[in-house]
Amino acid sequence: MWLVIIQLKIGIILTFFSLLFAVASLAERKILARIQNRRGPNRVGPCGLFQPIADGIKMLIKEDVVPRKADRALHFLAPIVMVAPMVLLFGILPYGGGLTLVDLEVGLLFFFAVSSVSELAVFMAGWSSANKYSVFGAMRAIAQMVSYEVPLVLVAITPVMVAGSLSLVHMVEDQAGYAIGVIPNWFVLTPWGIVGFLLLFVTSLAEANRTPFDLPEGESELVAGHLTEYSGFKYALFFMGEYFGIFAGSGLAVALFLGGGGAPLPLLQWIPPYLWFFVKLVVLVGIVIWVRASLPRMRIDQLMDLCWKGLVPLAFVNLIAAAIWHYSGGGWQGWILAGGLLVGAYLMLNRVVLRSRCSWERKYYLAKS
Amino acid sequence: MERMASHYRKSGGRWLGSGILRGMGVTLKNWIGSYFDPSRLVTVCYPGERLPLPENSRSFPFLIYDGDDPEAGLRCVACRICEKECPPECIHIENERDENGKPRKRPAVFDIDISVCMSCQICVEVCPFDAIEMDQIYAISTNARFEPLRLHKEQLLKPNEYFRELSPTRSAAADARREAERAKQAKKKEAGKKG
Ligand code: SF4
Ligand code: SF4
Repeated sequence: MWLVIIQLKIGIILTFFSLLFAVASLAERKILARIQNRRGPNRVGPCGLFQPIADGIKMLIKEDVVPRKADRALHFLAPIVMVAPMVLLFGILPYGGGLTLVDLEVGLLFFFAVSSVSELAVFMAGWSSANKYSVFGAMRAIAQMVSYEVPLVLVAITPVMVAGSLSLVHMVEDQAGYAIGVIPNWFVLTPWGIVGFLLLFVTSLAEANRTPFDLPEGESELVAGHLTEYSGFKYALFFMGEYFGIFAGSGLAVALFLGGGGAPLPLLQWIPPYLWFFVKLVVLVGIVIWVRASLPRMRIDQLMDLCWKGLVPLAFVNLIAAAIWHYSGGGWQGWILAGGLLVGAYLMLNRVVLRSRCSWERKYYLAKS
Repeated sequence: MERMASHYRKSGGRWLGSGILRGMGVTLKNWIGSYFDPSRLVTVCYPGERLPLPENSRSFPFLIYDGDDPEAGLRCVACRICEKECPPECIHIENERDENGKPRKRPAVFDIDISVCMSCQICVEVCPFDAIEMDQIYAISTNARFEPLRLHKEQLLKPNEYFRELSPTRSAAADARREAERAKQAKKKEAGKKG
């Protein structure tokens, strides 16, 4: 019996995320188009709604080109290694309401351990393609993903400290309930929570190789990075793995900071928690698309600067702020102490960055000012 | 320096991250606005809708004939000026010849290799008889690389009405020029008769 139930749950979760993949890939194109004053896909079906199906068929029947010098086994395995761990990640997300698949004691640890396998996949893809663009792209990807793992873990530790557990389900339970009857107890509504959420969002963008951190596949310099030699269904798998990575990262953000399946108002609690979870997840994915439409790609040195000079120190400060918050018992003392620390950190960063930006001055020799 | 600083202040550079928020505000406005204000969408659905071409747009040359019969109304007299002037030398002309092998003032072969033609319009400018003009077709495709791109006389010939539709200004000017030329010729003939 329990086997059937588990299989049902797996079915529901996988169906949801596959559908979300299709919808998100269409929505991304549509929204990007609208933002750039275009119409976006509108040929297949009403308003282009069947575009994902057409794309899927196209990807399936396309020729699968493998370079002659490629390492065939690795080249074949890389897309699979990309997707498989992402699917595993869906298993431990705390959807709530009986849909949670497994409540791992070490859920967060499992999440990071498994998600870093995708770095291996990226490098397998780059190395096995026997193409210089692929190798460069893969090297960039590894540098980026390994660096951003540091702030990601540092940020994810803060809810662990406060909730006192590595289990994601426990973390969501810790955020249940409402302060003064209306305001949910989500971590994002604390000074360290909002900073932590923003940091987590930025770092998971970088982990998923999304704009503005999509250097590994910057087409202006690297053709398509580690995807250069992939076509057809293997390419689709990489694409899917990337999207699944975004979904899993958003799911983690929802579980850690946005209260998992908790309703934003006590009135809305009749809606089952997994629906709330999915709604929050979809909103986050929407923001990821929005960010992609708005921000330009960074340079590799800027990327590393941002990580090691910006995000890592901020994550440490946030860790201290969370500790202060925890030991001052929340409340107004917590707001003043932790909030003050974080605002101070922001002001200092602001000063340092802005001053360093003004320290050089471009000289125009020909143009008259 | 002064201007740079003010520009920097205007671009919201006082607080770290404010530029990102402003940028995201712009894109959000664009996105939502596009659903309420269709004039924001500047593109057209191409094969179905097309924007009107500006009158002076040009693609490849074509030959004009007057009247209904392409052979009879052919304006070109095979003077081969355009062939000589064409910078990439993509025009090929052979005169028609009579029984004695003397060239007639008509082209037997008039080919333009549009894979070479660079749409410079020089052939049009040099033609003394307004016999060649620039077309506006742009959705062209063939199933081979060389032969179908070599346009022959039959494909190049198009009636004057077509040109009038294509470019009213230029065709009116050409028509006026031809009319004046004809009047001059007639006068000359008359004067010759008298003298
Ligand atoms: S447009 Fe220019 S290149 Fe083309 S045939 Fe005329 S002279 Fe030659
Ligand atoms: S098109 Fe004009 S320039 Fe060219 S051969 Fe004919 S008459 Fe002469």
